[in-house]
Amino acid sequence: MASDAGVSDAVIADVGALPDIGRREAGGWLVPAAAALVVAALPLAISPYGQDVVVRIAIYAIFALSLELIVGAAGLVSLGHAAFLGIGAYATVLASSDSGASLALLVPLAIGAAAVYALAVGALSLRTRGVYFIMVTLAFAQMAYFVAHDTKAGGGSDGIFLYIKPTLVVAGLTLVDLGQRLHLYYAVLAALVATYAFIALLLGSRFGHALAGIRVNEQRMRAAGFATTPYKLAAFVIAGALAGLAGLLLAVKDGAVNPELLSWHESGAVLLMLIFGGIGSLRGAVIGAVAFTLLKELFQSEALLGPLASHWQLTLGLTIIAFVAALPRGLIGLGARLRGAALG
Amino acid sequence: MPSTRHTLAALATLFVASVSLTASAQSTGPIKIGLMLPYTGTYAGLGNAIENGFKLYVQEQGGKLGGREVQYFKVDDESEPSKATDNVNKLIKRDNVDVLVGTVHSGVALAMAKAAKENNTLLVIPNAGADAITGPLCSANIVRSSFSNWQPGYAMGVVAGTKGIKRAMTITWAYAAGTESTKGFTEGLEKGGGKVVKDLTLPFPNVEFQALLTEIAAQKPDAVYAFFAGGGAVKFVKDYAAAGLNKTIPLYGPGFLTDGTLEAQGASAQNMLTTLHYADNLDTPRNNNFRKAYAIAFKTQPDVYAVQGYDAAQILAAGLKAVNGDLSKRDALTAAMHKITVDSPRGKFTISPAGNPVQDIYLREVKGNNNEFRSVAVKSLSDPARGCKL
Amino acid sequence: MDLATFLVQCLNAVQYGLLLFLVASGLTLIFGIMGVINLAHGSFYMLGAYLAFALAPWFGDWFFSRLLVGVVLAAAFGYLLEWIFFSFLYERDHLQQVLLTYALILVFEEMRSILVGNDVHGVTAPSWLAGGFRLGGLMEYPWYRVFASVACLVVALALYAVVNRTRLGMMIRAGASNRDMVRGLGVDIRRLYRIVFAGGVALAALAGMIAAPLSSVYPGMGSSVLIVCFVVVVIGGIGSITGALVASLLVGVVDTFGKVFFAEWSGVGIYVLMAVILVWRPEGLMKRGF
Repeated sequence: MASDAGVSDAVIADVGALPDIGRREAGGWLVPAAAALVVAALPLAISPYGQDVVVRIAIYAIFALSLELIVGAAGLVSLGHAAFLGIGAYATVLASSDSGASLALLVPLAIGAAAVYALAVGALSLRTRGVYFIMVTLAFAQMAYFVAHDTKAGGGSDGIFLYIKPTLVVAGLTLVDLGQRLHLYYAVLAALVATYAFIALLLGSRFGHALAGIRVNEQRMRAAGFATTPYKLAAFVIAGALAGLAGLLLAVKDGAVNPELLSWHESGAVLLMLIFGGIGSLRGAVIGAVAFTLLKELFQSEALLGPLASHWQLTLGLTIIAFVAALPRGLIGLGARLRGAALG
Repeated sequence: MPSTRHTLAALATLFVASVSLTASAQSTGPIKIGLMLPYTGTYAGLGNAIENGFKLYVQEQGGKLGGREVQYFKVDDESEPSKATDNVNKLIKRDNVDVLVGTVHSGVALAMAKAAKENNTLLVIPNAGADAITGPLCSANIVRSSFSNWQPGYAMGVVAGTKGIKRAMTITWAYAAGTESTKGFTEGLEKGGGKVVKDLTLPFPNVEFQALLTEIAAQKPDAVYAFFAGGGAVKFVKDYAAAGLNKTIPLYGPGFLTDGTLEAQGASAQNMLTTLHYADNLDTPRNNNFRKAYAIAFKTQPDVYAVQGYDAAQILAAGLKAVNGDLSKRDALTAAMHKITVDSPRGKFTISPAGNPVQDIYLREVKGNNNEFRSVAVKSLSDPARGCKL
Repeated sequence: MDLATFLVQCLNAVQYGLLLFLVASGLTLIFGIMGVINLAHGSFYMLGAYLAFALAPWFGDWFFSRLLVGVVLAAAFGYLLEWIFFSFLYERDHLQQVLLTYALILVFEEMRSILVGNDVHGVTAPSWLAGGFRLGGLMEYPWYRVFASVACLVVALALYAVVNRTRLGMMIRAGASNRDMVRGLGVDIRRLYRIVFAGGVALAALAGMIAAPLSSVYPGMGSSVLIVCFVVVVIGGIGSITGALVASLLVGVVDTFGKVFFAEWSGVGIYVLMAVILVWRPEGLMKRGF
């Protein structure tokens, strides 16, 4: 029987060989900044429905970025990340009264609640390794799922509605009213930019380099006297907190929360986004979120695919298999390969 | 950086393709009907039956409603409340439909009702019985052609009362449809002098009933009322019979316990009494013609879901006829939709001010593979619409 | 709770646990020996149930023949599946395995929908197992449930015998502890894996076939059993069959009694159990050995 820490680790790592995530990607800061500007200008060109789609993708991009911090940077595969998304979302709805609530309360609350659960889960899960870690994170997410799904406090399987969207009022002036479409749009975009910048800076710091060292060879780090667990735990908590932020935005956008936000399908979907985009790259996380969401829309679109649209599970499943099998480094990897080919 | 640029270009193309707009017209051109139904998953059969019923009626009107052609847009809601808001927005904002029709799952329907209220879109609900939709969430532009969860439950409670049941237990999944149904039963039973001594629930869609069946056997009630649907209904009825409980403690339920499930339940369901606003063998010309037409068109027998879809089209048609297809005359349209007496295969029914059918609830008994009509349990039952301000 | 009810609940717990064990044993074998995480394992359970439904009209009351044919078909399917799909997963990292098998679930679900539709189906128990015996008062305990428990125990014993007393079992255990060495000794490790995988699929399918009359046959039945199986495997220790047995029974007890005493919070019960055990023993109850 394979002892998981012995033979398996050497042969099957949790996450395969990765490009150094701290490395400067082509174009440095310019490309993400330009993209942000383009997205900021989009409301001039696209319909309200299109803006809804952009907001949804942006929220999932934040979610994917948060997971990138632990999967890509620290090499820990978590199959329970949706729990933090859901906790942030539920905290938002449960703390909102019938007359709405203030963002000054909700943002720290959502982030805090998710971070607290991440601390508890991380402290217990990081005692395990490899495949056990994957399963334990899944189980803790399931715990949260069942609390949301089964208990009266959690609201049950139909979920809870948010009737009045939160606002930010300073000195009597309503600065931000998330009930207005454009306010929500720019708030989400700002959150995405902030998250991206924050994680990029974090990874470029000593902390990020320590994580990279842990990812590449944890035993060596420990042999050198480096306590690895606090770093992993810190990354885990920060990732959970950011996912909580994404959860808050999702709850506000949808005006509803549902236990399925915490399901393992959701955790699987965000992992898929990472692998689509390319693990080990922040741009990859965002691109993956875009690609996965649009792909799903495409496959479910009757307008474009006719009767095949009702069999979207098949087309999506086969596409994922083909993708993961053929492009394990994701779209970013494909881009790098094309670039390499173009350069000779 | 050709790589990132190429990627972005490809994605942009995908993006544009999937948010393509369509033009809309108010009083000429086709009426855009958005069908949001489950086309995959456990309730897929119900979604198909509803669509078939709806289209049958439109077909019978020559393919036109209110003098205008009909154009359908479909979205698969997968019976997932978590995706409901996004899905209904596809129909409202992307496809700009004039009317929303859907859905089966109450959780999804709640999201649809909320969106319909916010966007002032017409919504006709061909199944989901969530009480809240014709309760606190009620609105003039939302009409239901099916039932409220409370109705069949209440009728069964009344029947149980007349049978002298004094102590009953209920069992269901812990979600809105289940708890509303059992609450209806409790009310009906209390009117007849009985009471519910314990409410058992298990999480949706869990089907491990053994522990709870043992609990029922231990408590020895006079009767049990169960709300389950689909796979859960099949398993529960079978487990109940396998535990021998059906020999001593009668099992009651709304029609969903035995509708579309008899082939799977077999002997375990025989002679069961259920209440519903429809029975397959209602011997009226209207029902017989409907069943024949449906069988010819779709090569299969209709069920209560097909009837509800059919009636949804009838209600909408009446409204459109009253305004000659001019959707801008919204108030007249919705008024007509509420004033209609629907000539349904289930019998004639009217619409309450809150938007719910006021209808006869029938008592049926399972014989072979059919739910056979026995008597009218409650005549012209109207949902109390608690919390509705209309 | 009186004694009679308590005994019945115990019977319920054991029966649920043993059925879980059948599915989980296949999962833990594949996990432990090939190191592959297979999220699609629940689909094999579903396959078994649908096989039971499909084969029913041809076999009627010839129950054991039906089981045998179903198991053989499932094993053949597993053999093929390993060859064309899973054999490519061994070199991949865990994340890719998770995602590839997740996609496989989607494909299986859709294939099921296309081939058999979305209706719920019932499967009747063979007539010689119909009915039940009285258990103190109102309740009858169905004979079929007793049969299911006994069948699962028999399979467990057979599994133990194969793994510990046969040459095949010896090769399996050797391949589990040191793959390269075994290959170096001239054993065709690829063929071995294929056989083990086929066996795992067959076990899950057998569980589905046995469970079909109890749980009926419906879409999504695979997902509900999958997560619980993972919990069982993790609690029991990956690759340990005895561990899976102990863990399944534990889970059965926690789930059954949890439903009675903690209605609302019963769903959380098995995960709390898992968390507690992992804090105490991070690699499961039985670290090594079968």
